[in-house]
Amino acid sequence: MLRFILKRILEAIPVLFIVATITFFLLHRMPGGPFDTERPMTPEVKKQVEAYYGLDKPVAQQYFNYMKRLVLHGDLGMSQKYFGWSVNELLAGSLPVSLELGLEGLLFALFFGLLAGIIASLRKNTASDYVPMSIATLGICIPNFVTGPLLILVFAIYFGQFNASGWNFPRDRILPAMTLGLYYMAYISRLTRGGMLEILNQDFIRTARAKGASERRIVWKHSLRGGLLSVVSFLGPAVSGIVTGSLVVELIFDIPGAARFFVGAAFNRDGPMLMGTTLVYAVLVVVMNLLADVVQIWMNPRLRFEE
Amino acid sequence: MQFASKHLSRRRFVHCLGAAATFSLLPGCAKRETLVEVGDRDLVLHLGNGTEPQDIDPGVVTGVQEYHIMMSLLEGLVSEDPVDLHPVPGVAERWDVSPDRRVYTFHLRDNAKWSNGEPVTARDFLETYQRNLTPSLGYEYSYMHFVVKNAEAYNTGKLTDFNQCGYKVIDDRTLEVTLDNPTPYFLSLLLHHSWYPVHMPTLRKYGDPYQRGNRWTRPGRYVGNGSFVLAKWRVNDVIEVRKSPTYWDRERVKLNAIRFYPIESDDTEERAFRAGQLHITYTLPPSKIEYYKTNNAAVLQIFPFLTTYFYRVNVTKPPVNDKRVRKALAMAIDRESIVKDIVKGGEIPAFNLTPPGTAGYTCRAQLREDIAAAKQLLAEAGYPDGKGMPPVEILYNTLESHRTIAEAIQEMWKTKLGVDARLVNEEWKVYLDSQRSLNYQVCRAGWTGDYDDPNTFLDLWTTGSGNNETGWSNPEYDQLIVQAAATVDPQQRLEVFQKAEALLMDEMPIIPIYFYTRIYLQRPEVKGWYSNILDNHPYKYMSLEAPK
Amino acid sequence: MSAEFPTVTQHTGEVEAGQSLWQDAWHRLRQNKLALIGACFIALLTIACFLTPLIAPGSYEKTNLALGPAAPSHAHWLGTDILGRDMLSRILFGGCISLSVGLAATLVSVLIGVLYGAISGYVGGRLDVVMMRVVDIAYSLPFVVFVILILVVFGRNIVLLFMAIGAVSWLDMARIVRGQVMSLKKQEFVEAAVALGLRKRRIILRHMIPNVLGIVAIYATLIVPSVMLLEAFLSFLGLGVQAPMSSWGTLINDGRKSMEEYPWLLIYPSLFFSLTLFSLNFLGDGLRDALDVRASKD
Repeated sequence: MLRFILKRILEAIPVLFIVATITFFLLHRMPGGPFDTERPMTPEVKKQVEAYYGLDKPVAQQYFNYMKRLVLHGDLGMSQKYFGWSVNELLAGSLPVSLELGLEGLLFALFFGLLAGIIASLRKNTASDYVPMSIATLGICIPNFVTGPLLILVFAIYFGQFNASGWNFPRDRILPAMTLGLYYMAYISRLTRGGMLEILNQDFIRTARAKGASERRIVWKHSLRGGLLSVVSFLGPAVSGIVTGSLVVELIFDIPGAARFFVGAAFNRDGPMLMGTTLVYAVLVVVMNLLADVVQIWMNPRLRFEE
Repeated sequence: MQFASKHLSRRRFVHCLGAAATFSLLPGCAKRETLVEVGDRDLVLHLGNGTEPQDIDPGVVTGVQEYHIMMSLLEGLVSEDPVDLHPVPGVAERWDVSPDRRVYTFHLRDNAKWSNGEPVTARDFLETYQRNLTPSLGYEYSYMHFVVKNAEAYNTGKLTDFNQCGYKVIDDRTLEVTLDNPTPYFLSLLLHHSWYPVHMPTLRKYGDPYQRGNRWTRPGRYVGNGSFVLAKWRVNDVIEVRKSPTYWDRERVKLNAIRFYPIESDDTEERAFRAGQLHITYTLPPSKIEYYKTNNAAVLQIFPFLTTYFYRVNVTKPPVNDKRVRKALAMAIDRESIVKDIVKGGEIPAFNLTPPGTAGYTCRAQLREDIAAAKQLLAEAGYPDGKGMPPVEILYNTLESHRTIAEAIQEMWKTKLGVDARLVNEEWKVYLDSQRSLNYQVCRAGWTGDYDDPNTFLDLWTTGSGNNETGWSNPEYDQLIVQAAATVDPQQRLEVFQKAEALLMDEMPIIPIYFYTRIYLQRPEVKGWYSNILDNHPYKYMSLEAPK
Repeated sequence: MSAEFPTVTQHTGEVEAGQSLWQDAWHRLRQNKLALIGACFIALLTIACFLTPLIAPGSYEKTNLALGPAAPSHAHWLGTDILGRDMLSRILFGGCISLSVGLAATLVSVLIGVLYGAISGYVGGRLDVVMMRVVDIAYSLPFVVFVILILVVFGRNIVLLFMAIGAVSWLDMARIVRGQVMSLKKQEFVEAAVALGLRKRRIILRHMIPNVLGIVAIYATLIVPSVMLLEAFLSFLGLGVQAPMSSWGTLINDGRKSMEEYPWLLIYPSLFFSLTLFSLNFLGDGLRDALDVRASKD
């Protein structure tokens, strides 16, 4: 297993390198630059500003300089949108917030999603199946830009128990985490139900049932690991998405997370920020997919049975 | 009647939500004390401020949000009256103007102090202005100084000796500024942040003052001379400023602190206001205007603002390269209906470019809305009833309000003139790029005056102006704008502008649509905050008086 | 309680395996009422949406500024929007776009995603490494940049909308299918097939893919709502539908801005959207059950 993980980490290096390279050159093909505003700079001013950020050099050299600073110093450069801040500083300040929000949302989603999915699969085609699955479908149908404001209207404005926006007190975490988690909860519960049904119909479960194993034992010992395979493959990429934050949730609740940078960087043509966020995201994707694969191998019931 | 039914449905809606929620949470717990209630007690103002500032260094930034924060941290030679913004003494306690109105001598007050206790001197201003004009800084607003002798030459590198520019330190407390032309709006210019001083020793300490990327603008480092000092800056969260103990007029300052919140989404901001987290919002979602008008008019603020909403026309592209087509299109827009039925914020239909009453100027040349005449013009151009006319493309940057207006105009052109229009939306920077490279036919635009004078609207359209972006060039117009700048007599000068704008309205490289209003919410306990045309609100006059 | 080895007999039966699988599935699907209701609803809605341009109750672009946003009435069954346009027409016209987008994404994710995942998972080894790292890279590249560049290079074209959506919709599917295939690989019937000397291609197409179809059906129905909303985001970038044309995504997106003042602008498009997704989910579950080769033997 350790060898497998080490191998994957080595494989990640070319992935990150390719992602950085493609992004860098794509970025330079984008129309509009970081300093284009409604009131254009005079050519003289623009020349000076671009010289400061090294944008006057040939793209190949810019790329070389960027990679050199990145590899040698881990320096992602100065933001071209927030003039007084470096990308490292901005991400260091905002990523923890997004990570926290993402993890809280994920815990919410996992707890209720797994619970609903397992119950539904065990009581297939009964009310305990239809009710949670309908709620799950609703969770997918109603986008978070609707659930978020609804939760705020009810709990923050009507009842006055929460702040409508901000990220200052512990209770400020509850509504955003629910909003973010609902959507993933829906996915998880549906995939869980589907995966569990596959497993519950397999021969070894029938065998176990025939041998008179208790239902609890069947679920925990035999079905869960195989049934959650698809959930785990889904969670790999989903977690990287959820922990880099959901832009919609961060905007609705005015949370100072990193998602604004992730999305805003492309819109602002903030090159260093775009590179920085893309690389962070790529690292997360690689790590989460690796984790998902590790968990998958560990969970594979066939491999287990062979032992 | 319609109002009533809408109101009812809204209330019923909220009640339903409320009922649904009752089952799930906390029956019968009391409301908590809100942020504004705490703020009223502690004299802390909670202010929605749009987006995260790019920086708060006056020599680097250009935006309005940044300006609103810097206004609390820095003070220029002159400051503004809170009601009508006329220049009042700031760091300069008085000033003399030479008879030819080209030389201004500012006398600085001796109790003006930086937040680190050092006195504010004439040299501080001189050094800041030199910095703002130094080419390597690449300061976008350096042109605000171009009325000063040789400032432009120094900024473009044609002149390397700053001593030859029109700024002169007579002594520690006297600064002399020499202008190229008598400029009636010069004192209004001084309110702009490009004329604010910065504490150069601080800038030197944290980087190169003549380059970007200086990190002096952090709490603990920022040295200012305004009525407040920087206390906290959490990116995308809050900027907090606290009352300055060194400010010369500190007796007048009533607020203990101001918290600026960069809330990007207008819906989020409005909800935060309702939940009692903001005293004043930055804006209000258009769909909420009617609700507040009928239900809570006391907090709704609407007032005219020095901004025009218009369409640029690319005069190099057929069929809109024909002046008659442009005029026909302009005449067929029902502005009253757009203002009344779509934007609904008390905006004023625009039949010319410069907002009426800008520094005493109201354009006499007014566009007529006349369908018959429009059809006549279109026929003359070779498109009777729009027949044979290729579709016109309307470009706008993606925003619901722009789209709605474009959809309405598209329909007006179609039904009234028989002209087909296609809508094209682009993401902001792509849209700017298309506009700049004249890759459009008709394109949505807006312009906010930099200062209270028609020049800020009319000098855009000169040949080679970076803001022209219509391909339109007219030597007579260029000549008029130069002539206006050289005209000493204020009344005569405005007459020159009348001629220029009449010419602009005849050639129609732009189609005016309406004059903006500023719309936001403000709680009644906020005192000393006045609506004005530039939307500037000096904080030192403000206070919070909660009803007992 | 029929056979002890249902899977083996099902999947190694050379000739009739494919046929009987589909025939069985079809038979089982017909007996699932919910799935049938879902399928009928989707069929009806699709027909309604695509016939709308021919039998439209009104125009999607005809404005009535004086009327403005009006609540549902006899003249306008589902009310009117900010510009006084009939919401029913706009929703039905919007359905064309949204349903097409949903269908396209499903097709791409099923065709490319399933095949890609199955090959990667079954063949394994170095090929699997390369294929999965390609997926990682595709995940990581900034989507907004990609879309804006498509627009700049190729201009606006509705085909590009489907391409952009297709380009991202298969990634999750590939990973999920790969995970399933990797676990199936170890099962007896596959080992039996290998022992019988069947070629890899045949094993993947005949034995791997049919066995993952259940989870594929579920995930495919989950993709649909997210791509319908993704379409609204692409419209924001200028790649989706052009105003005054609408889609469900853009209608819902607009409706939320005034959800308190004019709730019908949000509720009705969402209702169509949700009903479609519910139907799809019933259908998806039905398909899963129908395609589950073991369930029938209960």
